[in-house]
Amino acid sequence: MSALLDLRGVEASYGASQALFGVDLQVREGELVALMGRNGMGKTTTIKVICRLLKNSAGDVAFAGQDLRSLPSHKAAQLGLGLVPEGRRCFTNLSVWENLYAAARPGAWDLAKVYELFPRLGERADQMAKSLSGGEQQMLAIGRALMTNPRLLILDEATEGLAPVVRQEIWAAIGTLKSTSGLSILVVDKTISELRRIADSAVILERGRSVWQGRIDALTSDLRNKYLGV
Amino acid sequence: MLPERLLNAVILLTLLAVPLAALALDEPFIITLATKVTILALAGVGLNLALGQGGLVSFGHAAYFGLGGYAMGILASHAQSFTPLMEVPFLIEGTKSMPVIWITAIIVSSLAALLIGALSLRTSGVYFIMVTLAFGQMFYYFAISWPAYGGEDGLSIYVRNGFPGLNTLVPIQFFGICFVLLCVVLFFVSRLNRSAFGLALDGAHQHSERALTVGININRVRLVAFVISGGITGLAGALFADLNRFVSPTMFSWHTSGEIMIFIILGGVARICGPIAGAAAYIILEHYLGDVSEYWQVYLGFILLFVVLFAKGGIVGALTGSRGKAHG
Repeated sequence: MSALLDLRGVEASYGASQALFGVDLQVREGELVALMGRNGMGKTTTIKVICRLLKNSAGDVAFAGQDLRSLPSHKAAQLGLGLVPEGRRCFTNLSVWENLYAAARPGAWDLAKVYELFPRLGERADQMAKSLSGGEQQMLAIGRALMTNPRLLILDEATEGLAPVVRQEIWAAIGTLKSTSGLSILVVDKTISELRRIADSAVILERGRSVWQGRIDALTSDLRNKYLGV
Repeated sequence: MLPERLLNAVILLTLLAVPLAALALDEPFIITLATKVTILALAGVGLNLALGQGGLVSFGHAAYFGLGGYAMGILASHAQSFTPLMEVPFLIEGTKSMPVIWITAIIVSSLAALLIGALSLRTSGVYFIMVTLAFGQMFYYFAISWPAYGGEDGLSIYVRNGFPGLNTLVPIQFFGICFVLLCVVLFFVSRLNRSAFGLALDGAHQHSERALTVGININRVRLVAFVISGGITGLAGALFADLNRFVSPTMFSWHTSGEIMIFIILGGVARICGPIAGAAAYIILEHYLGDVSEYWQVYLGFILLFVVLFAKGGIVGALTGSRGKAHG
């Protein structure tokens, strides 16, 4: 089966500073892939390249068989890339429903379905996003990405800085999404235990290169120790 | 503190009540002042869509205000001299019909906003301010050097244009026309702000990268908002020219752009009725402080400084006790 998202030999730089030196990454339909690596190894940069927030200087980036290299960011999103950015980046001066409605595109996901996944958002529909707790803002960021009716949901450090109980809620929601919606999901996170439980496969980045790719259950403790320091 | 909806209703009812009271007291000058506030508020509502909702600090909205004014002036002057505006390739006559003039003003100013927006929205920050200012000044100098329509002296229209079923020379009737137009535009803009388009515009204002990653074409959204904004300001320009029965290059000048911006800052950026409160405050200050000193704008400067430093939500923000959706 051909990959929904296909990155091959991707290189990218911030000005004169090269950050990616050859990233290979594939996500298939309905698959949940964990993008792993220590801090500063190029995970967020890879996400930026996929979402066309940063242009790659070499390599191929394809989504649903379409070359993304010449597309602007909003066109890539319209193809079905739904990003939940690092740091719960909601539109803070809009209410919950306004955040969701601003991003809405036709498809299976609508306000009712998002509120069903995250009931707390429904309870706070008219509340300004800036007045939500960190966990609620993260739920809103995920809900907003779902309202774009993506084919691939990308979660960049979705549970970082959240209380353990809230993290469990987010992981439960991601699990529900995987099992019920058939959505392809790419997750960047440091919580190895949760990723091992939920992900199908993993890609490990080391100094801007993909150094390991395979089934998540093949990620041995030696590999984890070598590349992730855990 | 008042809820904003209640305050908006109070602002609109006050704007309506003042000229009605002036009519009862036989004070036509007050009615004219209220009409001026209404028209300038309409210009402010136009700029507020771009500046408040979209974060587009246009310092050239006088271009659309002036184009609306000149659309009225040119059409009306040809009608009063019984000469066609053009004969080749097709005949265009002048007109004294307000609705026709309004539509022309909206189309002309929207097209200008489309052209200026398409070029200026490629820039941001101080460059956007400078490019819009430059376009405004281009129109200003063009109007000065256009003798066919009065050049620097401007263009006088002897009789106010007509509206079916009304005598527009009666101050309260002309006020009524302007007030209804303001209400229609306010309703349209408030609906627009709550629509997916308005929310996308607001989202692009708050964080353009976040907007892009949810598939919002921020350039297109901003351009459409800029065009609508220019069209509304053009309509206000046509009404302003009709109020004065005079149009001059001053309508295009950067002072005019600055004044429209002041109405918004005084009243409250991104507040639906902010420009009405701001324009009213400005006209009241101009009228009463102008009697005290010819340097009344010095006092206005202090007031503006106070608002910017201590009351960023403007008059509406101060009365509702919140900064609302103002960004920054």
